[in-house]
Amino acid sequence: MTGFWSRFRRRRIAMIGLIVVALVVAVAIAAPYLYPQSPWKMVQRPFLPPFANALVPLGTDTLGRNVASGLAHGAQVSLLIGIVSTLVALAVGVPIGAIAGYFGGIVDDVLMRFTEFFQTVPSFALAIVLVAIFQPSLTSVIAAIGVVGWPPVARLVRGEVLAQRRREYVEAAILAGQSNFTIITRQILPNVVSPIVVLASLMVATAILLESSLSFLGLGDPSVMSWGYMIGAARTVVRQAWWLSFFPGVAILITVLAINLVGEGLAEALDPRSSRDHH
Amino acid sequence: MQTLWFLSSRLVKGILVVLAIVVLDFFLIHFAPGDPAAVMAGESGATDEIFLQQLRVKFGLDQPLMTQLGLYLWGVVRLDLGYSYRQQMPVLDLVMDRLPATLILTGAAFVFSLVIGVAAGAWAAANKDRPLDRAITTISLIFYATPLFWMALMSVLVFSVWLDWLPGFGFEEVGNTDNVFERVLDVSRHLVLPAVTLGLFFTAVYVRMTRSSMIETARMDFVKTARAKGLTEGVILRRHVLRNAVLPVVTLAGLQAGQMVGGAVMTETVFAWPGIGRLMYEALLQRDYNLLLGVFLVSAAMVVVFNILTDWVYRLVDPRIEVAR
Repeated sequence: MTGFWSRFRRRRIAMIGLIVVALVVAVAIAAPYLYPQSPWKMVQRPFLPPFANALVPLGTDTLGRNVASGLAHGAQVSLLIGIVSTLVALAVGVPIGAIAGYFGGIVDDVLMRFTEFFQTVPSFALAIVLVAIFQPSLTSVIAAIGVVGWPPVARLVRGEVLAQRRREYVEAAILAGQSNFTIITRQILPNVVSPIVVLASLMVATAILLESSLSFLGLGDPSVMSWGYMIGAARTVVRQAWWLSFFPGVAILITVLAINLVGEGLAEALDPRSSRDHH
Repeated sequence: MQTLWFLSSRLVKGILVVLAIVVLDFFLIHFAPGDPAAVMAGESGATDEIFLQQLRVKFGLDQPLMTQLGLYLWGVVRLDLGYSYRQQMPVLDLVMDRLPATLILTGAAFVFSLVIGVAAGAWAAANKDRPLDRAITTISLIFYATPLFWMALMSVLVFSVWLDWLPGFGFEEVGNTDNVFERVLDVSRHLVLPAVTLGLFFTAVYVRMTRSSMIETARMDFVKTARAKGLTEGVILRRHVLRNAVLPVVTLAGLQAGQMVGGAVMTETVFAWPGIGRLMYEALLQRDYNLLLGVFLVSAAMVVVFNILTDWVYRLVDPRIEVAR
């Protein structure tokens, strides 16, 4: 673990990403204290440009709501949905991939055809359909992003488990009479955790992009403030008030970029072979 | 003969996928909260009990679930995707009306992203670890993290509103001209911003892919042989490395067709481009679920067709590879 951290720390760009992610997390946690009022509340006259009033540093929107407060509260939603929907995708993808890779044969065939089907279906369109039909809410958005996100996990885990399956320690465990469930969860999965962590970190970034796209189309939870919603609501007034769509977009861009940088840093730090290639 | 066998087996598989999507559509309608008849009516007549009853009889909603599924499948087989009660038109007609615009947009974006992506990726790989490589890698990282709808909005603001270089709205100027050449020019001008915006995300993907694939390929033995033969670095890169490195990029590009559809929804919405992505957005606004599912089905079918085409191209480009599965 110390080796991992020292390798990660050496990647300056990944460290910058980590610091930015930490900042976004801090803003999300501090949001209720920084802006105790609801971000939906009118605080000033509408269309107040940014940098004009210290209390509303990023201006106000079409209804006089505080853009800075919206950004802070939106950070909560983005991170929450990004992380929870990734966990959902892992909860679906890891078992399917592990079972397919471990048992092989017809089980593998059936599960992989099933996975391929979900990979062929246009994922964003499926997410739209799911959220629209089950009505927009935090739960439906998280579920939809999870449903379109699990196939790559299943494929990755299957490949890794398949590679471990013929190792001696697995045969030893079988001979020792351990159950398949124990062998998969206690013996094999701990050995394939690194690539899963890397993929999961990149998936959080994708999930945040997906969530913002859904909210932009009006498919976000109507009771929570989110970055995508802010841009969608400001779309028609982009000519008069550029800042309303500009700042939330920058927030998404910076967050997603930072998470991707951390993910790449993780990939290299967890795989010593790849870091050797770089030095 | 082998190609024919390959194509037909692919076609069967594709049809199975489309059928599975139809079944998925069916269950989505039926397990959605609320009355399936109301879902189909899309709230247009949801309060009219007589209308709902007519729908129930027409679609056999009073019959067992499996019978309903059979009826629904039979409808799709006859190319009947249902009726949009909101737009007063059959769903299939609406979708087919809008399909050409989407094909133009996604086609242009695809070509743009593949050409620029492979070129920039190869250029970066040829200058590995030099400032040029860093610049290209950084730019593609940024585009990879940029939300498409936001980039679309910002490009309208900058290039259409502020600079007034290109139109940022619609497909063409209405009733502008009868001259075919002028019309093509007009549509092309309208196409630039949406296609480039949609393409940039994928460009970023192809840059990264091409770059790493080139670097990987450059380590292979046949490259050493080429170098030993005394070929110049430029020839080695272009003739030997790039040709081999581009294969995985083609595969990836084929797999991304589905994402292209999702991107089209965002781009068409922002640029008011009259394609099926925009149609999907309209269906959302009007809660027209029948239309929504119809667009979803057609776009999925489009992706399946595109995947078959990519596999075929792949076989043509590299006959060594057996992609029967």
